[in-house]
Amino acid sequence: MGWLGPEEWQAVALSLQVSLWATLASLPLGILTAYLLARKDFPGKQILNGLVHLPLILPPVVTGYLLLLTMGTKGPVGSLLAEIGIVFAFRWTGAALAAGVMAFPLMVRAIRLSIEAVDPKLEEASATLGAPPPWVFLTVTLPMALPGIIAGAILAFAKAMGEFGATITFVSNIPGQTRTIPSAIYAFLQVPGGEGSAMKLVLVSVAVAMGALLLSEYAARRVAARVGGR
Amino acid sequence: MLEIAIRHNFPGFALDAQFSAPPGVTVLFGRSGSGKTTIVNAVAGLLMPDEGRIASDGWVLLDTAAGLRLRPHRRRLGYIFQEGRLFPHLTVRQNLNYGGWFAPKDAPRGEFGRIVELLGIGPLLERRPGALSGGEKQRVAIGRALLSAPRLILADEPLAALDEARKAEILPYFERLRDEVNIPILFVSHSASEVARLATTVVALDAGRVVAQGPAAEVLGDPAVLPTGAREAGAVISAVIARHHEDGLTEIDASGLPLFLPRVGQAPGSRLRIRIAAHDVILSRARPEGLSALNILPGTVRELRPGDGPGTIVALETRAGRLLARITRRSAAALELAPGTEVHAILKTVSVAPSDIGGGGPQG
Repeated sequence: MGWLGPEEWQAVALSLQVSLWATLASLPLGILTAYLLARKDFPGKQILNGLVHLPLILPPVVTGYLLLLTMGTKGPVGSLLAEIGIVFAFRWTGAALAAGVMAFPLMVRAIRLSIEAVDPKLEEASATLGAPPPWVFLTVTLPMALPGIIAGAILAFAKAMGEFGATITFVSNIPGQTRTIPSAIYAFLQVPGGEGSAMKLVLVSVAVAMGALLLSEYAARRVAARVGGR
Repeated sequence: MLEIAIRHNFPGFALDAQFSAPPGVTVLFGRSGSGKTTIVNAVAGLLMPDEGRIASDGWVLLDTAAGLRLRPHRRRLGYIFQEGRLFPHLTVRQNLNYGGWFAPKDAPRGEFGRIVELLGIGPLLERRPGALSGGEKQRVAIGRALLSAPRLILADEPLAALDEARKAEILPYFERLRDEVNIPILFVSHSASEVARLATTVVALDAGRVVAQGPAAEVLGDPAVLPTGAREAGAVISAVIARHHEDGLTEIDASGLPLFLPRVGQAPGSRLRIRIAAHDVILSRARPEGLSALNILPGTVRELRPGDGPGTIVALETRAGRLLARITRRSAAALELAPGTEVHAILKTVSVAPSDIGGGGPQG
């Protein structure tokens, strides 16, 4: 990669790593949450719904600060996790956590809509054919909701790539550890003569975002055709 | 023997039904809103009734008094839905095998090849449901239910979403199921001709209650039980094909009485069930002469049932079985009809529609 300097390349690679982990790690929880919100009635459902959507409405700096308070080395959860060797503070894992939290509402929303669109009558048919509830979910609900799950995952990935406020508040802006593309652009703009590097990263950002959109469109189409039964 | 007793309250509608379904096809017959689908859903476990007991040969599916409510997937039923409900993301073959993935390994399963052949769906196996016609979908749905090793088959108006031609295509498969597959079938219908062709037993429902239950010929020939109204009244007789005539008629033998029908497909010697609509039957006191109608059945009036309008339903005993005739009250008075009166029932050959003639089936 002669085009990108080592510093810029480091930011791109780190961003991809952080976003991929943020997406993959939150996907199972996202599907579970979306399923609960779409199909189940339970006390506290509105509270769960509110919590999930909170990062969408709160200022990202506030989300980042709340993460720092809870998941930081001195935070109640962070200190417990640190004892078993999981540290978020000022590590790339913390950047992935912040990105995952910020992207979570978008992911859950897309998946929830696609689960709601699955005809419950097909799930009933599956049950009458002898499928226990987990199998109804795995063989009917999940495959039929797949286009929405893919769309939700890619949306979350794109959001994670762009996450800035919560990340910089929670894990700061450490080159090679937490300096993702947005943080790097910000840093380059703070120093004289950094505009060139910033512009290169802007172009990378645009390319990755476009690529993600096109990919999700293509994947959703492929899956929808299959699920649509042709 | 399937035994059902359930009570369930909906806002504005109460279901309180009790009946038993012997082997063969038991048809739940009644208008829409009479509670038929609710009963079938309760048997399937898709609806948990307020109270009741459902058991099939000692296998208890529901017993609210004992606190037992089996979940749907534990009931081992083959449910054929009105809209098919095939899984669109699976091929026809995967749809057919779906129930087999969950059936107990030692369960007596229908043989895949035999059922595929019975339903004529061999060429469809690698397709997905989106590429099938309505009739094809419904045949696959029947196959999927049969291959799940069910102890009982439920069918909720499986023909209602189809046009007449597709109905004529599917109905014979249900007749074959009844005659060749030894699994009790609970079948919901509001179509008198479906009932006449398929039912071993009829359970007539009205506003959530069972108004009559018994062998098809008995319930359908009872003028007090007209679950879908006097206009739809009609009795069922069974007969054996005597011979096919060259002029396009089929002569049948109804307990010694020769009758003529438009040509039917089955071979001489086959058993038929024929629905005779009450409004197609003309009554005469004297044996009519010089009449174009080919079928004249001597009989005795058993009962008269005046309706709300100008009509009255007359129930007759003939050698061919019980018949219903729908005539005006004025005619009934003019002919001085009363229980015990000797009359002749006249039936035009061409008024018996092909959809009212069904093959096979046990007597009654």
